[in-house]
Amino acid sequence: MEIAEVDRIIDQHGADPSALIQVLLEIQHRHHWLPRAALDRVAERLGVPMTRVRHIATFYKAFSLVPKGRHEVRVCLGTACHVRGADRVLDAVRDATGIRPGETDPDLRFSLETVNCLGCCALGPVMVVDGKTHGKLSPAAAADALKSYE
Amino acid sequence: MARLHSREELEQLRREILARRDPGQRCIATCAGTGCLAGGAADVVEAFRRELAARGLTDKIALRGTGCHGFCEKGPIVVVDPEEIGYLQVTPADVPEIVERTVLGGEVIDRLLYVDPQTGGKTVREPDIPFYKHQQRLVFGANRKLDPRRIEDYLALGGYRALVTALFERTPEQVIDEVKASKLRGRGGAGFPTGVKWELTRRAAGEPKYVVVNCDEGDPGAYMDRSLMEGNPHAVLEGLLIGAYAIGAHEGYFYVRQEYPLAVENLGIALRQAEELGLLGKNILGSGFDFTARVHRGAGAFVCGEETALLLSLEGRPGEPRPRPPYPAIQGLWGKPTNINNVETWANIPRILNDGAAKFAAIGTAESKGTKIFSLVGKICNTGLVEVPMGIPLRDVVYKIGGGIPGGKKFKAMQTGGPSGGCIPEARLDLPVGFDELTRAGSMMGSGGMIVMDEDTCMVDVARYFVEFLTEESCGKCVPCREGLRQMHRILTRITRGEGREGDLEALEQIAETAVEASLCALGKTAPNPFLSTLRYFRDEYEAHIREKRCPALSCKALIRTWIDPEKCRACMLCLKKCPTGAIDGGKQRIHVIDQAKCTNCGTCFEVCPTKFGAVRKLSGVPVPPPIPEERRTVARARKQDE
Amino acid sequence: MSDVPLRIDGQDVTVPEGATVLEAARSAGVEIPTLCHHDRLAPYGGCRVCVVETEFRGAWRLVAACVHPVEPGMIVRTRSEKIDRIRRSVLELLLARAPESAKLQDLARRYGARRDRFAPDASFCIHCGLCVRYCAEIKGKFAVGFVDRGIHKEIAFVPEIAARECRDCKECFELCPTSYLQAAFVLAESFAFPPPGERSGAPGPAASSGETR
Repeated sequence: MEIAEVDRIIDQHGADPSALIQVLLEIQHRHHWLPRAALDRVAERLGVPMTRVRHIATFYKAFSLVPKGRHEVRVCLGTACHVRGADRVLDAVRDATGIRPGETDPDLRFSLETVNCLGCCALGPVMVVDGKTHGKLSPAAAADALKSYE
Repeated sequence: MARLHSREELEQLRREILARRDPGQRCIATCAGTGCLAGGAADVVEAFRRELAARGLTDKIALRGTGCHGFCEKGPIVVVDPEEIGYLQVTPADVPEIVERTVLGGEVIDRLLYVDPQTGGKTVREPDIPFYKHQQRLVFGANRKLDPRRIEDYLALGGYRALVTALFERTPEQVIDEVKASKLRGRGGAGFPTGVKWELTRRAAGEPKYVVVNCDEGDPGAYMDRSLMEGNPHAVLEGLLIGAYAIGAHEGYFYVRQEYPLAVENLGIALRQAEELGLLGKNILGSGFDFTARVHRGAGAFVCGEETALLLSLEGRPGEPRPRPPYPAIQGLWGKPTNINNVETWANIPRILNDGAAKFAAIGTAESKGTKIFSLVGKICNTGLVEVPMGIPLRDVVYKIGGGIPGGKKFKAMQTGGPSGGCIPEARLDLPVGFDELTRAGSMMGSGGMIVMDEDTCMVDVARYFVEFLTEESCGKCVPCREGLRQMHRILTRITRGEGREGDLEALEQIAETAVEASLCALGKTAPNPFLSTLRYFRDEYEAHIREKRCPALSCKALIRTWIDPEKCRACMLCLKKCPTGAIDGGKQRIHVIDQAKCTNCGTCFEVCPTKFGAVRKLSGVPVPPPIPEERRTVARARKQDE
Repeated sequence: MSDVPLRIDGQDVTVPEGATVLEAARSAGVEIPTLCHHDRLAPYGGCRVCVVETEFRGAWRLVAACVHPVEPGMIVRTRSEKIDRIRRSVLELLLARAPESAKLQDLARRYGARRDRFAPDASFCIHCGLCVRYCAEIKGKFAVGFVDRGIHKEIAFVPEIAARECRDCKECFELCPTSYLQAAFVLAESFAFPPPGERSGAPGPAASSGETR
């Protein structure tokens, strides 16, 4: 990750401190995490204390301070999916990936997250892998779907 | 498109757009909202594009990817106009036939129509489908008629007429009076009278003033705002412009959750197109009114739906709510008077200006006017987004629109208001939908989520679920919310694990009172609602969990045991093969027995046992019967004839 | 700036516009307990110990005195059965996190709060924010801040800044209501394992090559 790229993103937002979250979202989107060097640069150029940058990077769940896996798995635990058995689907996904929500496996194959409503409630229970939605899941179907991801 | 400098030029453009459109021309409208896209709608649209191109019809037949139609259970949805023929669950394979027989031949394809589950009767016209027939889609209805990425579609439907009325025929005060007279109340959850808030902001001292669109829709199970923002962003923008004019604000912000990328994208396109036409920017339509808007994305925090937290987020800070007073109308963004409203609130404004306050207020109850969009989800046949007049009985929403509970199950409760709301039991289903009615029943309107639950839902687990959600989403600043939720979660989890004790309910009630009375913001103050309402209506479930270690809904894993009834087992071996832990002992003609030591109560055997046998049972609060003796485990040949 | 008349516990008080209920009470000699409040820092409104009741449209509702602005004609009471009950509850929730805190125990005695009312989960930090706010507003060093949110919220030092600033300062230590245990613990940790290149004289494991521990 190049500092020049971080600078470009900062400049696009006019180096305005109120754009801190938008800048971090951009960096997160490009790299799938927020490297420490990027945070330092952002704090420096926007003129905000590191405590604020760090608080924001940990307060808002769109951000990750550690590298993520190749495949982002998001299991919906929204109320509608919950009522249709999403917990059991999550159990099956945990077993299939070997990790718990918030974790990435040591091979950096999967990162698992739970989310609270993707707005596809008619398809519940729902799991999104790399942006692709898998709906009407049973625990077995969820585990099956993950097999194809290297 | 050339910039418009006057209202006359806008009307001229509108006339030109309409002149280019033949209302009798066949048009294919395919829902392209996130829900249908997840179900493969993009492939359907692409299939139509290819088919029309192959037949040289691209210029003759209009094809539109529209905003969400609302009947999400049956997507992807395709409607062929002008006859409004509604096709459900369409796949790319159906497309050539639709083009051949319906678009060109004017024929209806039976197998793609809606089928009434009771009568088996089919409905041809989309608006006649019972799901739609009982709704009043005054705000949401436009979605299915326009492509959100083409401003011409919005103009063709009369878009931005209300803005012209406001800018050229009303003073700002008159606009506020109209909105006040409509008695529109905020659609985000609190239900504060919109016109009153606008007036407070207008009268507050301080410049510049700001207007903000709250699209941080965080209640799990609610996606109305997403579908409005994706499907008809111009309606929201037009409302915002009118509000800005009324309040005296020249800068606005759209705060959109980053979890809604399509909404962000479509909104961006809408803003660009509006700017191009001069409906945004300096001297709008020559009125002398300036207004610009920016889009800010959220970053994954439910609490940022709270207005002070949202404003802090706009300022690039952590979303830890501020004490109120002072209210944002007086001191908001950068300490200046700021009016924040929910997406749906803004989307109602053009209608009020176009039809007049009296017409708006003619719908609804004395205190809750107009219509409201709800997301009807969970254990319901017709999952989707519904728009109904305030005052409609909840029962009608569940049965007439929702089609009742699937699988022949019994309705148990409807949760409204998300993590801030409560459950409405069967006994209260005749309640009319309205702000105060729902609040009096122990719930609240909230943003519009309606989660339907059936006999298999454990209400104690529902309370635990919402508390767990909030332990993660609380900002953590104040003690009653942070520490209160921590303890509530601990206690409720114990109860669902069969470790409940006498005194737990009293402890929960004590914490609930503390949070309600002393929390810093509405998240904390309403956090105990799911617990309090489930306790009010389903106290027996709590007591069963605590005293008998029994889950009446047979849902809490730690409190159930799975058992195969030897009287019903036909030794088909289906469950045996599927059991993930190999806990089932049995054979081809040997009655199956579950080894309780290995069983994890995953429920797989329960699901796969053929309905005609129904041999697998969940037991709770009673000991598992001992296995029958070996010699009785053989299934007699004679019994095989029963299969 | 006009003067605002209000009534606290039956006493008539007049304070300048913009004053808080807490300031008004103090000017009238009425004591309201606080935990997260500090006269040199901006009001925080986090602990909710200072809740008082004000009359609003015929009903009493609770507000946090330290942040609530005075309003003309406001009627406030600082003690009642409900107020005491809520304060007791807040203290009981805090005692589960910091049972050894002298300040909490003192308040607990006054309000009859039980130390073991809720399952203990001692972490010492009760998130009064005094250390974070002091370092930001008074010292301007931003050496310590919050991380995360909800039940996972914590305070943490920024090691590079702490290594540079805190040794000769430590002014936040005496502000900590639970004891300066937490502050000292976290600080020591950041000293003990400073990132490479920032050692500034403090011994670290890498510096002692060849030595046995």
